Amino acid sequence: MSLKRPAKDQPDNFEFNSSSLKAAEKIISNYPEGKQQSAVMALLYIAQRQNNNWIPLAAMKYIAKFLDMPYIKVYEVATFYSMYNLSPVGKYFIQVCTTTPCMIRGANKLVEACKEKISENELELSKDKDCSWMEVECLGACVNAPMMQINDDYFEDLDKEKTLKILDQILKGESLTPGSYRGRVNNEPENNRKTLVDIKNA
Amino acid sequence: MLKDQDRIFKNLYNDLGTDITSVQNRGDWVNTKDLIVKGRDWIINEIKVSQLRGRGGAGFPTGLKWSFAPKELGSRPHYLVINADESEPGTCKDRDILRFEPHKLIEGCLIASYAVQAHVCYIYIRGEYFIEGQKLQAVIDEAYEKKLIGKNAAGTGWDLDIYIHYGAGAYICGEETALLESIEGNKGQPRLKPPFPALIGLYGCPTIINNVETIAVVPTILRRGGKWFASLGREKNTGTKIFCISGNVNNPCNVEEEMNIPLKELIEFHAGGVVGGWENLQAVIPGGSSMPLIPKEKCETLTMDFDSLVAEKSGLGTAGVVVINKDQDIIKCMARIARFYKHESCGQCTPCREGSGWMWRMLERMARGEASKEEVDMLGDVTKQIEGHTICAFGEGSSWPVQGLLRHFKDEIKKRNKFDPIVKENKNIPYLVDQHLLDKNA
Repeated sequence: MSLKRPAKDQPDNFEFNSSSLKAAEKIISNYPEGKQQSAVMALLYIAQRQNNNWIPLAAMKYIAKFLDMPYIKVYEVATFYSMYNLSPVGKYFIQVCTTTPCMIRGANKLVEACKEKISENELELSKDKDCSWMEVECLGACVNAPMMQINDDYFEDLDKEKTLKILDQILKGESLTPGSYRGRVNNEPENNRKTLVDIKNA
Repeated sequence: MLKDQDRIFKNLYNDLGTDITSVQNRGDWVNTKDLIVKGRDWIINEIKVSQLRGRGGAGFPTGLKWSFAPKELGSRPHYLVINADESEPGTCKDRDILRFEPHKLIEGCLIASYAVQAHVCYIYIRGEYFIEGQKLQAVIDEAYEKKLIGKNAAGTGWDLDIYIHYGAGAYICGEETALLESIEGNKGQPRLKPPFPALIGLYGCPTIINNVETIAVVPTILRRGGKWFASLGREKNTGTKIFCISGNVNNPCNVEEEMNIPLKELIEFHAGGVVGGWENLQAVIPGGSSMPLIPKEKCETLTMDFDSLVAEKSGLGTAGVVVINKDQDIIKCMARIARFYKHESCGQCTPCREGSGWMWRMLERMARGEASKEEVDMLGDVTKQIEGHTICAFGEGSSWPVQGLLRHFKDEIKKRNKFDPIVKENKNIPYLVDQHLLDKNA
């Protein structure tokens, strides 16, 4: 089990803006009538996106009213799932996978790079408060190890040098292309493709 | 090697694109109506003939699972749920299906929904695959536009709506009943079985839950016939499977191969060999982190299918092959896996919640050589206390890899851990301290 604590400094109010409202209504319509509680996970995401990548307690209270369910049940969901950030993580949130398949390909070097460039500790904001990092469990891109996720995007086939470069660019606010950083195409074996070769060459 | 024409996922590396014209050229959506016209019994029977087993880890026969759905539609609707909560370390096959073969999945959803009489299908995608989910949503929108799903889907007379539900980083939600809890808007904690979801599942209604890969191969099986699928691999372990080969290999990759392929062929031929040569191989985790590792001696002759791996006291699981060479510290590797399970335990059953932390802390100390001799046996005992004493299979999943380590590398652990507590040295052994006090996030 992992434990999560909400931030100490909490805003007093939270409300969906109009685009969030529209998205929320659409999500609720995906579920049968009377089962609007199913939308709680999606609504927490919407709140997180609207509120600079983290969910204040006020948002949980708002969602509880919105879905007509007890506040404690929303709190339960928000604290159970690891992808809901209950305290500020900055505009760029970097998650480094360090589970065994990434670990044995050198994920600890990526962690070192994050420590050098962003902050000494996990979930600690960088000096300009724009960025933070954390170690996470398997992100499901094991054949592209080691890898990290920056907000929604996967950056794959990394090493320390490449990570430092990516972090530099991120901190400068440049936009980056996600995907493999060793120049390979998706999940194919580099320079060793034995299957579906005719299709590739067609 | 499997012939290219027998591969189901021809776009595994995205050479061809995922737009509707190119998937139709590959044969998807061409005669969906003709398949469905043949009827429910024909579909389920054909899947039974193919001997397709679920690709999500447990390997349950798919045709049999579908036949558990009530034959008559009662007052409660039926649901089809697709499990795309792929989080098993070492596995990344569903991601490629979502990215590059989404139409196979959608078409499979239509056929499976018809077979189990569901009008609504939820695809549960792990939250981290947000980009993949957006791509899939675009494909679903396109399919609605082309009238392939929705009212009178693909001209079959069957109505089907498909919705995506994102998870939020909980490995346990890959367990089918935890997944249902999660869709219902609760914490993802597994339910007791029975009742099985096929009778009482999502919102208390009959629900069939299948892995992405299982559903995505269904249209091809029906087109080419269950007999064709059954002719690949061997009895009860038929067909093709996407293997993910990661870890210390020269060319880590995903590749679709025939069941029962020799492990050595996967590693040497497809993945370019072990880093440092075959002699440098230490062990292989054959089916994602939950499956016990296999030492090098056995890797020479091992074939990859459900039953031959069970015979080696391991399992095919999700076919995520993690190769570990001799440059790695095997105890550390397993300690990291134990940390994964400690982090991902849902906390519902005490043996798993507490035991997963015990195993992690003991293994960490064993990796550092600080454990006592007795603890090696105690670790084995802890795994036995978890296994079989939990609601879901997470207990087995977390204790099997540790048991595998003890089975094959006990000497290595004993060699490193010679600490004798009789020497009265205060080593401050923390295994009696509440794990939450040690949690660095606490």
